[in-house]
Amino acid sequence: MDLRKQKEFIKVKGITKYFGESEKPTLKDINININEDEFIAILGPSGSGKSSLLRIITGLLEPTEGEVIFDGKKVDGVNPYASIVFQSFALYPWLTVQENVELGLKAKGFPKDYTTEKASELISLIGLDGFEDAYPKELSGGMRQRVGFARALAVQPKLLCMDEPFSALDFLTAENLRTELIDLWTNKKMPIKSVIMITHGIEEAVLMADKIVMLSRDPARVIAEIKINLPHPRNRKSIEFERTVDSIYKVLTKGEFDDQDEDEIKKVVKEKIEKPVEIPAASIGVMSGLLELVDDNDGRMDIYQLGRDLMMEIDDLLPNIEGISMLKFAEVKEGDIIITPLGSKFIEEETENAKEIFREQIMNISTFKVVVKVLNNKKNKTMKEEFFQELFAQYLGEHSIESKMDVIIDWGRYAELFNYDHDTEELYIDME
Amino acid sequence: MKNEKVFNKQKFGMIDVVIFICIAMVIYLIMSPGMNGTSGNIDVKISTDLDMLPSYALRSVLRMTAAYIIAIIFTLTYGYIAAHNKKAEKILIPILDILQSIPVLSFLPAVVLGLIALFPNGTLGIEIASIILIFTGQAWNMTFSFYYSIKILPRDLKEASRILQLNRWQQFKKLELPFATIGLVWNSMMSWAGGWFFLMACEMFTLQGRSFRLKGIGSFLQTAANEGNTKALIYGIITLLIVIILLDQFIWRPVIAWSDKFKIELTQSNDEPKSFVLKLLRRSYIVQILTEKIFDSFFSFIGKRIDNIIININKNKVVSSRKFGNISKIIIRIVSIIVLIYLGFNVIKLLSTLSFTDLKQIPKAVLFSLLRVIAAQIIALIWTVPVGVAIGMNKKLANIFQPIIQVIASVPATALFPVVLGVFMSALGGLGFASIILMIMGTQWYILFNVVAGAMAIPEDLRAATKTFGIRGIKKWKTLILPGIFPNLVTGMITATGGCWNASIVSEYVNFGGHAVKTIGLGALISEATETGNFALLLMGTITMCIVVVVINNVVWKRLYTLAEERFKIEI
Repeated sequence: MDLRKQKEFIKVKGITKYFGESEKPTLKDINININEDEFIAILGPSGSGKSSLLRIITGLLEPTEGEVIFDGKKVDGVNPYASIVFQSFALYPWLTVQENVELGLKAKGFPKDYTTEKASELISLIGLDGFEDAYPKELSGGMRQRVGFARALAVQPKLLCMDEPFSALDFLTAENLRTELIDLWTNKKMPIKSVIMITHGIEEAVLMADKIVMLSRDPARVIAEIKINLPHPRNRKSIEFERTVDSIYKVLTKGEFDDQDEDEIKKVVKEKIEKPVEIPAASIGVMSGLLELVDDNDGRMDIYQLGRDLMMEIDDLLPNIEGISMLKFAEVKEGDIIITPLGSKFIEEETENAKEIFREQIMNISTFKVVVKVLNNKKNKTMKEEFFQELFAQYLGEHSIESKMDVIIDWGRYAELFNYDHDTEELYIDME
Repeated sequence: MKNEKVFNKQKFGMIDVVIFICIAMVIYLIMSPGMNGTSGNIDVKISTDLDMLPSYALRSVLRMTAAYIIAIIFTLTYGYIAAHNKKAEKILIPILDILQSIPVLSFLPAVVLGLIALFPNGTLGIEIASIILIFTGQAWNMTFSFYYSIKILPRDLKEASRILQLNRWQQFKKLELPFATIGLVWNSMMSWAGGWFFLMACEMFTLQGRSFRLKGIGSFLQTAANEGNTKALIYGIITLLIVIILLDQFIWRPVIAWSDKFKIELTQSNDEPKSFVLKLLRRSYIVQILTEKIFDSFFSFIGKRIDNIIININKNKVVSSRKFGNISKIIIRIVSIIVLIYLGFNVIKLLSTLSFTDLKQIPKAVLFSLLRVIAAQIIALIWTVPVGVAIGMNKKLANIFQPIIQVIASVPATALFPVVLGVFMSALGGLGFASIILMIMGTQWYILFNVVAGAMAIPEDLRAATKTFGIRGIKKWKTLILPGIFPNLVTGMITATGGCWNASIVSEYVNFGGHAVKTIGLGALISEATETGNFALLLMGTITMCIVVVVINNVVWKRLYTLAEERFKIEI
């Protein structure tokens, strides 16, 4: 494909989105260009706002700032030329397969004969012949998503959007459907001009897309755009494929650790307060498990390999790796994780001693220093969880502050740094 | 039986006070036509001839149906507006919350007086009054259920309908209504059962020395009791039972089984509700032809018409709405302000005529009724909890007893009042205690149902664990059973207390054997005020009862409910 000949199709210009009253944007200044005949994958950790971005592009959601230009025109209201395939399929359980597929056509006011014919055509294209009168609940997950595709394609959209379309399916079904979709796409059997796919699966993105747009988290920004020039069908086992995947892992892990808001750092320095840092959503059990695995593997492992071995999604894996490195139990270098002597000691020691090591480590983390300091300053050494939530929200953002607080409590409890009373929702230090 | 009591999460605030004032105005408005002059006595002879039973039963069912249809229409409009219009939602939902918790029967006297004055000839006034009252007993929970259904629509389904360009009507038809169906059906069933209760109370009662009667099964039973005609009474109750069972088998079971297709979970479950009748209908050739040839084409015709109208409206909207809307808005506002001031003035004027002796009665009446409600709840708890747990923890027993209890529970307590009074009045020494029995009769089932459901829902694992640890007796109740059934128990008791307050109106002041018997209580106060034409006291009493109930809801039940939700909910 000659790149210069490509026609610009969609332009995402400076999209910023704030939700509710939050002071921190979910999406920040996002710019993406999508050409005709391009298959774009938007890749990012969960909770990064990928889905919101997709909804802004389709006009379901209004951006706070910026605009989307679609085929030369500004998107205002729901874009009638776009359709979406949902992660949850979003089929109407009370309608049959045929009725589900016809829904969009009927809404557009086409005559009955046409809708019936068109729906049948799509049902057969997507391989669901004979199931026209079945209800979604009678179908397997893979077949349901086929209905989802048929419904989205029936309205002859110019843009097909997919919001993690395969993540609710088991591996084999998903792979099957991916291959078929790529076949349809490369053989130009669909009247679509481009495809946008939201995903958190790196391999999935590399397998399908022409271009991968990588987003950071909190707020979501474009951290990299990577062109994939491998010919279809792509082979997951090929060296080029693995190399591409590896390089994306590197960008992603780096992006996770370096992404600090400069303004905020400046502000903190000014105020001379040790800024509470976000504690990654890592579970202590998973972290020890990971460390043991790395230790058994001579203390060094490829993160990508690790994720594969554990069958863990990058989304679940990354916070744990962040946690381990925050505790200085391991270091991350060029997509590899390397265990430190302290890390080895942590997993070899008995529970009590291991807890001691853990406690010493988290006492170096500003967030926990703040908690302990506050509790010690109180006469009854007790403080409401709400107080910390509000305090930390100033630094870590309102967004999902409750789950962030849960992680802090989880770590602190394990280290026996403080206790937590679920009923009163208070943190406290035992006074004996 | 599913019991979906939904609490509005908002705290009691200014808006509620405003609503109370408005309710006072509305009551005033309703009864004002009846305040001047008296209409002639409308004498409808109620026969206790057994031959009349089928036609009487039919009349009662028709009354219920009329009320139910109005309730459905109300539900769909009110719920839809509340769910879609943010400004309206802020007012409509607190109103609904209060309407849901106030005892409807306390409005009975006011409504009847007003309507009879408006339609002095024939029984039309009473007919309308009874339908309105049944409606007010049916509508609120249905409306709440519909509103919440729209509110909790899965985001993906909503977005799918938007991206597929469905218009408002199509969204309602294809998404919102189907999604709300299951909740609506269950709540309709509950409402219908509740409707019987009000129907019995509405068909025959005495106000200001005049007796108002409507031909129906409720008046039949009361007349039979007054005449001491045991045979007619027994046959009447049997007829009522048959009607209830028939409706259950031929209407509600099929509808529930049918509504299962609207379940949102995408897996096929094994314990789908089944209905023999629905299966028969679905397999019947005649029904199939009827639906295909007549109903389908009829509905698609109607559907298309509405589609066209909606499309036209959407086209014209841009042009006309703005200017016209503004002017009409201003006019509506001015008119409503004038009406409000007028009504407010009258309410104050009326209340100012309240004598001190009247006022003095109120606290005592409130106290007595409250004590009665508490006593009724305690007695109901004492027997329903052990029995409910015994049934719920034993699958065999549950299978046998659940359908039986369901039928018994749907027999309206008000139908049995005459019988019970005859037995308990002398035994308990007067109405003061007998009315507690009347309250229990109407409300114990809510608790029993919920206890059975709660006990059935205690996970097998927890029970096994309790067994292996050898926890028995009181300890078992404390660690497993009571915490397990707590959320259901609270739900049941909330519904039951509401029922008790309602029952107080009809149980503290009864016509028995041709003369009125009364005791001290808020219900009696309201009924008596109506009887003597003391409108100021009637208004004051009704408002007092609303306030008491709403305050108790906020102080006691909402807290217990939150506690149950947060602490004792077993999540699987």
